[in-house]
Amino acid sequence: MYYDVIMAGFGGQGVMLIGNLLAYAAIREGKNVTYLPSYGVEMRGGTANCSVVVADEEIGSPVVGRPGSLIIMNRPSLVKFEPRLQPGGVLVLNSSLVPAAECQRDDLDLVALPLNDLAREVGNDKLANMVALGALVAKTGIVALEAAKDALEDALNPKYHRMIPINQQAMDKGAALV
Amino acid sequence: MSAAKKVFLKGNEAIAMAAINAGCRYYFGYPITPQNDIPEYMARHLPEVGGEFLQAESEIASINMLLGAAATGVRVMTSSSGPGISLMQEGFSYLAGNELPALVVNMSRQGPGLGGINATQGDYFQAVKGGGHGDYHLIVLAPHTGQELYDLTIKGFELAEKYRCLTMLLGDAILGQIKEPIDPWKPEKTAGDPDREWLITGARGRQPRLIKSLYLADGEMEKHNWRLQEKYRRLAAEDVMVETRHTDDARLVVVAFGSMARIAKTSIEQARAKGLRVGLIRPITLYPFPTATIGEISRQGARFLTCEMNTGQMVEDVRLAVENPGQVEFYGRPGGSVPTPEEILARIEETYQD
Repeated sequence: MYYDVIMAGFGGQGVMLIGNLLAYAAIREGKNVTYLPSYGVEMRGGTANCSVVVADEEIGSPVVGRPGSLIIMNRPSLVKFEPRLQPGGVLVLNSSLVPAAECQRDDLDLVALPLNDLAREVGNDKLANMVALGALVAKTGIVALEAAKDALEDALNPKYHRMIPINQQAMDKGAALV
Repeated sequence: MSAAKKVFLKGNEAIAMAAINAGCRYYFGYPITPQNDIPEYMARHLPEVGGEFLQAESEIASINMLLGAAATGVRVMTSSSGPGISLMQEGFSYLAGNELPALVVNMSRQGPGLGGINATQGDYFQAVKGGGHGDYHLIVLAPHTGQELYDLTIKGFELAEKYRCLTMLLGDAILGQIKEPIDPWKPEKTAGDPDREWLITGARGRQPRLIKSLYLADGEMEKHNWRLQEKYRRLAAEDVMVETRHTDDARLVVVAFGSMARIAKTSIEQARAKGLRVGLIRPITLYPFPTATIGEISRQGARFLTCEMNTGQMVEDVRLAVENPGQVEFYGRPGGSVPTPEEILARIEETYQD
């Protein structure tokens, strides 16, 4: 298997964290993985993205030109990455911030979810990233949802481990909606 | 792969961990993006193993601290980028002249000048042709994955000791910032031979020793230089490293190193899937350059496409290595841009002739 995804949003929305989380889940499943963060003068409120490649075979390029799927958390990221998504690719879109109607293409597998609102239902707006990852994993099967949930232990600093259950609930919420 | 024992690390951290596992106990450096994870890791972990981390007042100071430590025979390293590496060039020349083994990491920045912090390969000439004065070479290693960053850090210390040379690990922001699972193996050998006849260890009970690069007596300088050249010849005969892939039937051979080679690997598989017979030569040692391998493959009559994240540096060495320089095409991107696999593929398709 080979799978790649670009995750993008505002700095602070947690796209780097879910990129890491997906990578740790892939490692738990014995797969090869590369995690490549966007790199520059990154800051809270600016835009941030990361590319994650998961494969059984040796991974060539960690730089992803035409991703097979996208998680898009804000409007600038939709403008930047939608044209690059492969035809038929999965687009998980945060419709709390970007109405689904703003999608320009009709050859995509669009999963538009009000991620901020769904996260608030779980208990905290900041869990929107976890809802998105739950949705992506359930939709694509890149890794098992359980592996992603278990990998929180690897990806989160131990001082936040008390937050693992609520993060897992957020992932379940996203997974249940696709 | 055995998932259990792998660690998930940034490339920069992989280098630092490998250095400590290779017995490096001394790090002298000055911070600069995109390699700050290396001093950060060293500052945290060297004291745990009884080592010494020292942030110098400048890159010039750090490379000269390296020189002093190397003269005692310990494994020692520094790391920097772009402008910092430029400042160290005088020290590189002195390390070469004094024949001292050490490791330096250059996680290149886009230049010239202060430039930008993202990936580039604009420092090939400086690394391979020498940025300091005199007739010398560094051993230059070009890893292309996290695991290779780890492995070549260990190898870098060994080669430095074998030839009494400075080894440079040449990378960029892609390699420094990428995170991958890495096997953190530990080498058996974690120090150079304590009986080396040149080590400065205190002259108790023996004649004093002198490490120098100044030779003024009649004929001495020439003799010293021929001895250095003899080392470089032996290095080229015994320790060239190169990866080749799909070259047996290739009509077009891509030559690329480091992160560019890794991106190109995907382009080559995409080309193969379209039925194009495309291969890859990936120099792992940039100095010594895999001239013989390239020459041999060039005699199969294939065309060559050298791909670099600069406007044409390694391509000069490829043209010197092939049978007919007219075989060699170039695809380059200057500092400020990183090509996607699809962009390299487009150039492969344009250049390819069956």
